[in-house]
Amino acid sequence: MQTFQRSVTVNGERFERTVEPRLLLSDFLRHELGLTGTHVGCEHGICGACSVLFDGQPARSCLMFAAQAHEHEIVTVEGLGTIENLHPVQQAFREAHGLQCGFCTPGILTTVTAFLERNPNPDENEIREAISGNLCRCTGYQHIVDAVKLAAKKLQAQE
Amino acid sequence: MKPAPFEYYAPATMDEALALLAEHGYEAKALAGGQSLIPMMNFRLVQPSVLVDLNNIGGLAHITPGADGSLRIGALTRHNQVETSAVAEQYAPLIHFAMQKIAYPAVRTRGTFGGSLAHADPSAELPALCTALNGRFRLVSGRGERWVSADEFFISLFTTALEPDELLAEAEIPAMPPRSGWSLMETARRPHDFALMGVAAVVALDEQGRCADARIVFLSAGEKPMSAQKAAEALRGQSPSAEAIRAAAESAAANEIDPADDIHGTAKFRRHLANVLCRRALEQAFQRAAGKK
Repeated sequence: MQTFQRSVTVNGERFERTVEPRLLLSDFLRHELGLTGTHVGCEHGICGACSVLFDGQPARSCLMFAAQAHEHEIVTVEGLGTIENLHPVQQAFREAHGLQCGFCTPGILTTVTAFLERNPNPDENEIREAISGNLCRCTGYQHIVDAVKLAAKKLQAQE
Repeated sequence: MKPAPFEYYAPATMDEALALLAEHGYEAKALAGGQSLIPMMNFRLVQPSVLVDLNNIGGLAHITPGADGSLRIGALTRHNQVETSAVAEQYAPLIHFAMQKIAYPAVRTRGTFGGSLAHADPSAELPALCTALNGRFRLVSGRGERWVSADEFFISLFTTALEPDELLAEAEIPAMPPRSGWSLMETARRPHDFALMGVAAVVALDEQGRCADARIVFLSAGEKPMSAQKAAEALRGQSPSAEAIRAAAESAAANEIDPADDIHGTAKFRRHLANVLCRRALEQAFQRAAGKK
């Protein structure tokens, strides 16, 4: 079996691992690095639960091989904030009830974090467009949209 | 599910990639953005024994305008690069407009222009748009290179003119003539989901305001991008009246598509959508051609 030595920066920390070609990036993060905040839902790019930031841009970690992440930088939900010190986007989701079961939340938080960096003052249509690739089966999205609006305010107040 | 085992190569040059494809033939698949191929591998709908990853090859991601008003888009150009490109908006406004309809933001950061074309999903936008715009593609192999028109490139479901040792290197979208207009209309049950039916219309007017040229291409309407040539031909030389547009849409939807009957919608419903969307697309395209928004 082919294996590769791979060096990947995840949440600012460099990891060296040996991987086989077919190992998905999502499984690499969860099983090799123990970062189980990245959730695996559909494994075909529809649900968005596994979204991470790949070189700063949101991407499906289930649609990429770990072997492809060599010398790239990844941010998972664990890299956004800590329990004691939540990221403003996380804090906004908490305050605005932007989650119920929480399964879709890590993918939404990473996606929204990148979106608000690019578009700090979005309108509701832009917000709905930005999270169109993240399925939530609990909330009906209304509180998620509210949370993104609140997150935008928090981030702007920070600056 | 997880992909079946495969050998993985990530060559740094086009020559190495082409040599690998020539060596492994039908056993090998080229990996671009992976947003269509990897889902199919995860479901084991495809099980290539060799993957040739093109992502480390330089020079394949570019958006280059030509002196003649055409636009070349490199195979590894990500959808979000085209989406945010002012050059693409100026030179290929229909392609640029369509980007926001392709999948989701987090898929457009990885999915590529050439990958979507080579994948040849009949419900994807880019194959239909490149056909409607008379695009052509540069195919390269160890044997040399050739240009193939979009009309000839798309053969059937997930099947193109690409030989197993060939790669699609770039697409060229010709300039639209003066007094041209375009439109893309789609219906999907959920935003950004595969369209139940879609249609692209590209038209040009002559100096008297008659239709000089029309191209009508449907997506999700058959085994490949479905070009309604007879309906388009019937429009040529005519004034683009509501009547002429209605007749063209009705005849295209009735005679020139072959939509599927499945759990997402019946063929009859899809034909209905095709008729309505085609009429609206032609109306909008002719309005744009006449300088009205």
